[in-house]
Amino acid sequence: MTPLLIAQIVLTLFVFFMLLNSAAVMVYVERKVAALLQQRLGPYLVGPKGVLQPLADVVKLMFKEELRPRAADPLLFALAPIISATAAFAAFAVVPFGAETTLFGLLKEPLRLQVADVNVAILVIFAIGSMGVYGIVLAGWSSNSKYSLLGGLRSSAQMISYELSYGTAIASVLLIANSMSLTDIVNRQAGAWFGIIPRWFLFLQPVGFFIFMTAGIAETNRAPFDFPEAEQELVAGYHTEYSSMSFAMFFLAEYINMVTVSAVATDLFLGGWHGPLIPESFGWLWFLVKVAALLFFYVWMRWTLPRYRYDQLMAFGWKVLLPLSVVNLLATAAGVLYFGA
Amino acid sequence: MAPETLAFYAFGAVAVVASLLVIAQRNPIYSVLLLIASFGALSGLYVLLDAPFVAVIQIIVYAGAIMVLFLFVVMLLNAPHEETEYDERVHPLLRPGPMRFGALLALVLAGELSWALTRSGDSGRFPAGAVASVRAIGRSLFTDYAFPFEVTSILILVAMVGAVLLARREGRG
Amino acid sequence: MVPLNYYLVLSAMLFAIGTAGVFVRRNLITILLSIEIMLNAVNLTFVAFGRALGSADGQIIVFFVMTVAAAEAAVGLAIVIGLFRHRESLNPDSWTALKW
Repeated sequence: MTPLLIAQIVLTLFVFFMLLNSAAVMVYVERKVAALLQQRLGPYLVGPKGVLQPLADVVKLMFKEELRPRAADPLLFALAPIISATAAFAAFAVVPFGAETTLFGLLKEPLRLQVADVNVAILVIFAIGSMGVYGIVLAGWSSNSKYSLLGGLRSSAQMISYELSYGTAIASVLLIANSMSLTDIVNRQAGAWFGIIPRWFLFLQPVGFFIFMTAGIAETNRAPFDFPEAEQELVAGYHTEYSSMSFAMFFLAEYINMVTVSAVATDLFLGGWHGPLIPESFGWLWFLVKVAALLFFYVWMRWTLPRYRYDQLMAFGWKVLLPLSVVNLLATAAGVLYFGA
Repeated sequence: MAPETLAFYAFGAVAVVASLLVIAQRNPIYSVLLLIASFGALSGLYVLLDAPFVAVIQIIVYAGAIMVLFLFVVMLLNAPHEETEYDERVHPLLRPGPMRFGALLALVLAGELSWALTRSGDSGRFPAGAVASVRAIGRSLFTDYAFPFEVTSILILVAMVGAVLLARREGRG
Repeated sequence: MVPLNYYLVLSAMLFAIGTAGVFVRRNLITILLSIEIMLNAVNLTFVAFGRALGSADGQIIVFFVMTVAAAEAAVGLAIVIGLFRHRESLNPDSWTALKW
């Protein structure tokens, strides 16, 4: 085994554990930010300032009984959370999160901070994202409960509708970047215009960024688009019948999907690991900061905006967001043609 | 055995077994899921054939869009089994009558295909270079195949209108 | 690499399975699924031949096939829903009359 291979394996495991941890951190952050916005304290008992609360949650979930409704389809009922969690983890595999590094000269060849380098990376993310729908549909159907079924149907209809705008927003970035590899796209955003404004695609594609984030929130089933789990009408949506660790898997998948969408948005629009002050080899710090900012935005949205109505969501997706993204794509194409990329 | 050969056999076996189970399955939900497994194996084969773009598109279009549509319809109709009393007793692949004639036709087709394949002499080695770049495909698609490309857009429009019109409830609107 | 013939044999097997499904099964949804299997078998041949000839044409045809498959699935499933509303059945033998 070459040192590079070992480093790659370690990196893969590291990313896996960091994703797991990010879910735990997000649980804590979500509770604390919610408390902040609602002028209460939030978790404060377990550990200093309640930082160990996620750990307590995990322990609680582990000791719960694993229930399965008698009328449920046993195989699919067990399979659905696995599909959800696997798709969530797999999507991050092609996301680059830092420049090439030799780990301070430890390695002879540079190591890419990315689990798998694929030259159609952005399409792979898209493909794996579309597999995530199955976890939710199957959870809804196999539970054999009306709330689950309605939640599953709603959520999959929502994900399919918003996937179009999501894809079109990505396509307009691909047009500017002239590449499908996320590493290339990030490297196109190095440097700054006039020495001040960073060359982020956010400034070339403000509408694209808006569409991407809106569709991203809908894709991850987060508020204000969290109809699948609209408590007032559908109990807990597709995971109503789930308990214990299989419920935890859906929970995990939701948070990891948020992280993935934020990471992809950082790579596509916010210049990835490029930023001032810090040398390129520590660029992953910038990446972390940007992803954290987007994640905070997610949480902020959730506790600020009320939930839409389902028909409003569908009308918004098909009648506003999709036409807007198509017009944006056409305008981008015209701009690339005129200015020559 | 080379890893590539091994991968070919693995993907091929998954594709064939999953497809066989698709048509041997009574519950359409399982049929749809097995077909997705088969498509996944096919997309692996496309990677082996140096066509990663087709492989990814296969997953996005087939597994991500078309099969979700099937799953939706199966869930909406909520008619998981073939319903007649007869169907309850006999497995669909083992029924007499016209069905056996159908199986015969399929066997004849399989025989014909294998005959045609064994007749071709050379084993058909692949050349070394591969056209895999998205750029080459895109250029070809929008120059040589520009007309068929535009025609497909009309086809999609027609299908869209047709689907909406067909699935609309009668007596309203 | 595995020779071209292997891919063709695999594709032939898949196509035969799809055909068998159309002939043998009496469930409209399974029949549509079988058609998808056949289309995919053909796609595999296209990609394999395209690779053997060293041109991108094989892959491009696959995109057209996928578009047609998507259109076919959308219209086909819409027809299935329409038929199901009439007879509450997915068996094609329920629709032997041309008009009702």
